[in-house]
Amino acid sequence: MPTVSMTVNGKKVSGEVEGRTLLVQFLRENLRLTGTHVGCDTSQCGACVVHLNGDSVKSCTMLAAQADGAEVTTIEGLADGETLHPMQEAFREHHGLQCGFCTPGMVMSAVDLVKKNPKASEAEIREWLEGNICRCTGYHNIVKAIQHAQTTMSA
Amino acid sequence: MTGSLMTDIRYLAPHTLDEAVSAYADAAGAARILAGGTDLLVQMRSGMISPGLILDIKKISELTEISETPEGGFRVGAAVSGAVLAEHPTFGKVWPGVLEALNLIGSTQIQGRASAGGNLCNGSPAGDSVPAMIAAGATVTVQGPGGRRDIPVEAVPVGPGRTNLAPGEILVSFTLPPRAPGSSDAYLRMIPRTEMDIAVVGCGVNLSMKDGVCTAARVALGAVAPTVVLVEDAAKALIGSKLDDAALEAAATACRAACHPIDDKRGTIVYRTKVAGVLLKRTAGIAADRAGRS
Ligand SMILES: Cc1cc2nc3c(=O)[nH]c(=O)nc-3n(C[C@H](O)[C@H](O)[C@H](O)COP(=O)(O)OP(=O)(O)OC[C@H]3O[C@@H](n4cnc5c(N)ncnc54)[C@H](O)[C@@H]3O)c2cc1C
Ligand code: FES
Ligand code: FES
Repeated sequence: MPTVSMTVNGKKVSGEVEGRTLLVQFLRENLRLTGTHVGCDTSQCGACVVHLNGDSVKSCTMLAAQADGAEVTTIEGLADGETLHPMQEAFREHHGLQCGFCTPGMVMSAVDLVKKNPKASEAEIREWLEGNICRCTGYHNIVKAIQHAQTTMSA
Repeated sequence: MTGSLMTDIRYLAPHTLDEAVSAYADAAGAARILAGGTDLLVQMRSGMISPGLILDIKKISELTEISETPEGGFRVGAAVSGAVLAEHPTFGKVWPGVLEALNLIGSTQIQGRASAGGNLCNGSPAGDSVPAMIAAGATVTVQGPGGRRDIPVEAVPVGPGRTNLAPGEILVSFTLPPRAPGSSDAYLRMIPRTEMDIAVVGCGVNLSMKDGVCTAARVALGAVAPTVVLVEDAAKALIGSKLDDAALEAAATACRAACHPIDDKRGTIVYRTKVAGVLLKRTAGIAADRAGRS
């Protein structure tokens, strides 16, 4: 089996994978980073979003082998010790989650948005989230949380 | 688990096209090309396909480059993602219809990976970038064990999920022709939801205007037949007209006549056929406005 190496949340890791192994399986099963969720098998729900070399990607839509040599950040890598990332804090503050299943992917997607478009309008936020599905919140508080994080992330 | 699910899949990411072509040909049908993987990995997970070899083409520079041709057109590598094409400084100004079609595919994270080459080779009659590419008059360069050939985009799909690429052939790039002054393009699709859905009808129009008269046009429709169709009669109805109501109605009639759609949960035959005419009128209007109709 081929070996892949990458940097995940700042730590160098490597492991043996099959050709078919998805990045999300490598993260969850080899590295036991189970914060990244799997909510579908059609690349639609966005529960699996992580950052690959700084851009948000669906980790179910790429092979682990394709991430060889890459820098990956998962939801576990956002907080600074006990201090939540401003986006996580904003989701907590604004009740941007209920069951929490979609939350890791939502937060990772939202962080990428605020980095790329710090002044995104409400409509732009809603459009950006088209690939992240939430069955609980109705999205309203998620959008509010992201709007709040737009101010705290730049501070 | 069945035997085929148990067999392992090899992953290869060659750096040259020649290596990719020979590995692809050697695998004799057991290999699949991986561009963005947004169709391929979903099909693998659903058990629809189970290749013995996955050939990742994203490390081959010719397949991931965007360049301007000496004639003043563009060459877009088959594996260039929609997000990368959107960042190009001029492409979207020259071919706004092609870009908007490619950027309708999926969400941000899908656009970061999905390519026009994958959209075309996947062979779906509803692939959004395909009508726009056909309307643009784009050609593709294909390379296989027997060498290279150039063919028009409309010659690639031959049926749902099937293309005219021979075994071992890889789609290398799209070539878009130079733009005449006063010309532009547009793509519109009808979907039951506002985002993240498959086209019930897609329509690409590319046209040139001079002194308020349409001097050249190409019209293509998606999701209304087993393959995307180039509707020459619709183009004929537009050319020579001022895009007045009568000309648009004649072109819409030609579009409806070109429809041989399926009946499914997204749309009935009657609905798809009707929408094809409506979309033609709207898309032609947008293309003409962009061309600066006077
Ligand atoms: C959530 C989601 C939403 C989507 N929404 C849309 C949508 O709105 N509209 C739409 O049209 N599609 C949509 N799709 C489908 C898909 O994203 C597109 O068809 C996309 O363009 C495929 O490109 P890719 O690079 O990911 O292809 P891949 O999955 O890498 O490849 C697709 C097929 O083409 C073959 N192939 C790829 N490149 C080449 C090449 N250079 N030479 C030979 N064969 C090749 C592969 O072997 C495979 O069979 C969606 C998919 C998902 C998961
Ligand atoms: S698990 Fe649903 S998009 Fe990745
Ligand atoms: S909080 Fe439950 S799915 Fe979003």
